[in-house]
Amino acid sequence: MQRTSTRNIVKAMVGNHAVAYAVMQAKPQVLAVYPITPQTTMLEKLSEYVDSGKLKARMIRVESEHSAMASIYGAALAGARVFTATASQGLLYMTEMIYWAGGQRVPIVAAVATRAIASPWSILDDHQDFVSKRDAIWIQMMAENVQEAYDLTLQAFRISENPNVLLPVMMGFDGFILTHTMERVEVLPDDVVDSFLPPREFNLIDFSDPVGIGPVATPDDYIFFRHQAQKAMERAKAVIDQVGREFEELAGRGYGSTECYLCDDAEYLVVSMGAWTGDARVAVDRVREKGIRAGLLKIRAFRPFPKEVVRNVVRKARGVMVLDRAVSYGSGGVLGIEVKSASYGLDVPIHDVIGGLGGKDVRPMHVEKALEDLAVGALEEERWLL
Amino acid sequence: MMLMRGNAACPGCPIPRELDALLEVTGEKTVLVVPASCSTVIMGDSRGMPSRVPVVHSAFAASPAIASGLKSALEARGEKATVVVWAGDGGTGDIGFASLSGAAERNEDILYVCYDNEAYMNTGIQRSGLTPFGAWTTTTPSGKREWKKPVPQLIAEHGVPYVATASIAYLFDYQAKVRKAKDITGFRYIHLLSPCPPGWRHDSSLTVEVAKLAVETGIWPLYEIERGKFRLTSISKTLTDKKKRKPVTEYLKLQGRFANLTQEQIKEIQDEVDRMWDEFSKLEG
Repeated sequence: MQRTSTRNIVKAMVGNHAVAYAVMQAKPQVLAVYPITPQTTMLEKLSEYVDSGKLKARMIRVESEHSAMASIYGAALAGARVFTATASQGLLYMTEMIYWAGGQRVPIVAAVATRAIASPWSILDDHQDFVSKRDAIWIQMMAENVQEAYDLTLQAFRISENPNVLLPVMMGFDGFILTHTMERVEVLPDDVVDSFLPPREFNLIDFSDPVGIGPVATPDDYIFFRHQAQKAMERAKAVIDQVGREFEELAGRGYGSTECYLCDDAEYLVVSMGAWTGDARVAVDRVREKGIRAGLLKIRAFRPFPKEVVRNVVRKARGVMVLDRAVSYGSGGVLGIEVKSASYGLDVPIHDVIGGLGGKDVRPMHVEKALEDLAVGALEEERWLL
Repeated sequence: MMLMRGNAACPGCPIPRELDALLEVTGEKTVLVVPASCSTVIMGDSRGMPSRVPVVHSAFAASPAIASGLKSALEARGEKATVVVWAGDGGTGDIGFASLSGAAERNEDILYVCYDNEAYMNTGIQRSGLTPFGAWTTTTPSGKREWKKPVPQLIAEHGVPYVATASIAYLFDYQAKVRKAKDITGFRYIHLLSPCPPGWRHDSSLTVEVAKLAVETGIWPLYEIERGKFRLTSISKTLTDKKKRKPVTEYLKLQGRFANLTQEQIKEIQDEVDRMWDEFSKLEG
């Protein structure tokens, strides 16, 4: 279990402020953020840090999310550590530049306060925005609670800037459920963060050796670059776990692509990602009391998807249910698709449990019921928690 | 020479010369940010480029924002350099206008140059907001019904420190404006009228002549607005008197894109030009 490092300082913070605090400690030189619910209070906190001089950085108050991603992309090319944050429509609006930054494999960290996508309008949480960026050549990680949102933000800079990786990183955390909920957070002292995040070494603007960045690629070069990106994603798996272990040395809190709860002897497995993993953990405890050997596999890295780990955990189960807060309409739950793909050829039934869309409340009892049904063969292939 | 010969521009295209003239002034410590446009192609490919300064290629609507970030990062590392957006008229006045307006409003320390060939030429001559009234394009086969969007004036309305128009036919005037802009801190905007032989339907040997006639007829006035102060420059200083301006037909008749204009439309264009110059006379006092 987790141990508390004596280095930690205990605070009470809402998710948006915890991420802003981590960003301040990471010392980026250029930020560009456009307001959108439920991210806005993070932008406000960062603006306070910049205006008060606590964070010596340029905050570019852009006129759109498209320009937010574009401007930090430009800054990242010229050697700055950079950050932005958004959600939902904003994430969609900056999508062109998300792909652009991913294609150039420039170190960037972006936080996504996950939120449903219109229409119809909803400002409440689901994961549809976050998962829609799965093919954009970005590492994507998702936090379970405010502590993880803080910790993963720091780790994101390390992972992104690792010379064996050089990929932008998106850190997702559930809108309102985490962004606006105050939790106990252990933060690291500034000097410890400094040792974890040395100044960035990456620059493409060299006047003595001018290059063209992102020109027309010949077909041979284009597919070569894309293959390199896929290889970098594969290398990132080990780096994510390594950075997670190094972080544990400093903070006493271990990280990595996945986290297992009572997986070892689990016959029935819940797979989940994000804040409702806490509800799933409670549900696992409850059904265990009723004699169902349940376990929980939490996905922290959505890209690169830890398919080897997933496969090895699923292999041992008699039945699996995947909690999904995002849907690929006409196919199924998005995380479910990933788990099924990773489990190809295994003789284990995998069910989708889709819920929480547009902020629809999901409680431990919903997961508990689904697990009980799974254990007696009564869970549908796809269940919607309406 | 800052932009090497043998690049991928069309015969008669002024863009390489316009770029070279710019870089002669701004020098080696220049970064070019280039959105989707003819210059994307002119700048070569992943196997090589003609530019001797760094070139950052950009999505269509993103250049002013990319340049804002680039300049901020260069400043953070203590590097003195000129960040130049080199964009076409569609990237400037249509799809990129929000980003341009944002950068102008924030008074970003960048030099924005719009080379205006008055249509989406790189995709094959489609109408833009800056295509002039009456002009044929592949999407206005019977001629454009609307007037050209007045982008330099719109940028000037943002209150930026420097706005100028320029022409490849008046190279010294153009380079003097670049020189002035280079030394000003804040958002600087230069709008170059840039003839396009295949798009304007004129012979590729006539590029400079067409550019010159645009100025001599008064269709393309050369001016600068420095900290809000309007001033006609070069030959345009002498053109407030209508008798000094050549009739617009001199300019229009060289170009196939205006071949189907009616006498009435030509008069409309002439009247519009005369009205514009009446305004200039007032501004000049």
